[in-house]
Amino acid sequence: MSGKSSVFDMIGPVMIGPSSSHTAGVVRIARAAIRVLGAKPDKAELTFYNSFARTYEGHGSDKAIIGGLMDFKTDDPKIKQAFEIAKEQGLEYKFKSVGNASVYHPNTIKLNISKGEQKVEVIGESLGGGLINIAFVDGFNADFTAQSHTLIIKAQDISGAIAFISSVIAQEKANIATMSVSRKGKNDEACHVIEMDSGIQAITIEYLRSIPWIKQIIYIPDIDL
Amino acid sequence: MSFLFNSFSGWKQYCLDHNISLYEAVIEYEIAQRGKEEQAIWDGLLAAYQVMRDAVETGLREEMTSRSGMINNGAKKVYKHPVAVLSPEFQKLISRALAAKEVNSCMGRVVAAPTAGASGILPGTLYTLQEIHRLSDRSILEGLLIGAGIALIIEEKASLAGAVGGCQAETGSAAAMAAGAMVHCLGGTVDQIFNAVAITIQCMLGLVCDPVAGLVEVPCVVRNASAAAIANSSAQIALADVSAVIPVDECVDAMGEIGASMESKYKETAMGGLAATLTGQDISKRVLIQDIEMLPDEDLPE
Ligand code: SF4
Repeated sequence: MSGKSSVFDMIGPVMIGPSSSHTAGVVRIARAAIRVLGAKPDKAELTFYNSFARTYEGHGSDKAIIGGLMDFKTDDPKIKQAFEIAKEQGLEYKFKSVGNASVYHPNTIKLNISKGEQKVEVIGESLGGGLINIAFVDGFNADFTAQSHTLIIKAQDISGAIAFISSVIAQEKANIATMSVSRKGKNDEACHVIEMDSGIQAITIEYLRSIPWIKQIIYIPDIDL
Repeated sequence: MSFLFNSFSGWKQYCLDHNISLYEAVIEYEIAQRGKEEQAIWDGLLAAYQVMRDAVETGLREEMTSRSGMINNGAKKVYKHPVAVLSPEFQKLISRALAAKEVNSCMGRVVAAPTAGASGILPGTLYTLQEIHRLSDRSILEGLLIGAGIALIIEEKASLAGAVGGCQAETGSAAAMAAGAMVHCLGGTVDQIFNAVAITIQCMLGLVCDPVAGLVEVPCVVRNASAAAIANSSAQIALADVSAVIPVDECVDAMGEIGASMESKYKETAMGGLAATLTGQDISKRVLIQDIEMLPDEDLPE
């Protein structure tokens, strides 16, 4: 973490127990994932890796992730009843444990979530203190913290793309905190992940969406709001 | 301004130079760091204190059984027990610290102060102090600010995380925050407040983090009660101007040094101490998921 702590890191955060990495962090991973999907899912397959594989149940991370998929906030007391509420809302879910995926962070969760035809695979890491990293989105390296506002742009891998996208965001006077590009497969697709200090307007997103070489845009405003 | 929370001596000097009290310096710090309005800080503190009070009351009222079964309504049993070992107040103190921490273990809402594992200590001590001495909320909130200042320095010089510094860093720091807050609420001087912190740290030094089955339940819950008791004994000693001899900054250094040389099996890994006892291992086998897929080496995800 950068900078000095706040009084409210010492007297806070207000959270649902038992631990920030097993509850708050997990809720936030799910909240980020449903924003990537663009909807609350009706089906979810959750895989807990490594250290999480054994402990997720004892720590209630299973309830935390289901609560997060229903868009509960990290301090929502309803998390404790997440399973009952999921049943009412018709969310089907399945859990899996994988013990030794050494390439992943110790506290990693893979979420395969879908709503009707829409589906997405998100891999998130709970880093402690409620902080998270979304490592992969549909197989692309994403690496964003979801602490601020995030833009994920899938586009053809053309030259000048990065400069173009940053100039459009600059028009909004939004500060780019981090920007990364990853490429996958032979179809020349690039995935741009941009974290910004402030949000951007819907009209800017619409403009980007109208650019022919841009295939998909996912905008994730502050997940804690 | 940020130099302020590098040391207790720096905090005191700043207050002397500016002729302000300890808690006012914490407010200035927060405003300087986060650009907040002062009123927003008081509102946030009051909201946090309300969550603490609710946690105490919820833990004494509602069913509190953890999924592992290790936590099973202990706070209520202590609260209702016919024999008060010292006094009814002491009985309440212990049961309240247990109650708020049980709420944490049972997926209820708490304030991590400074961490979730230590979330019963400030609620138990401050709730009880307020009741006994009929203190205003304002006084308790000032105490919380002082607690925050104490934690900021410990974080800077040592650590607040069990995984880094052992349990002394979690329940020890919370007890130090509580002791300092209590002495402030009872009208203590700056030196008395810092002495209370120093004495508390001296009492909590070396405590390892060894949670059974890796769950924040045993010994965490009872340690919240003992840390609350130690905060009270330290406040009692410090108010009488009995010196800690070793200055508070050096006590925190000692905590950092001990934390750094602690083996990793005593740092939240559930590999040592109580977690490694026969019973601890049995519990771990019972409550942790055994049905885990192991990937063949070449099959690891990309
Ligand atoms: S034993 Fe470890 S997990 Fe439990 S309260 Fe202490 S530091 Fe936290």
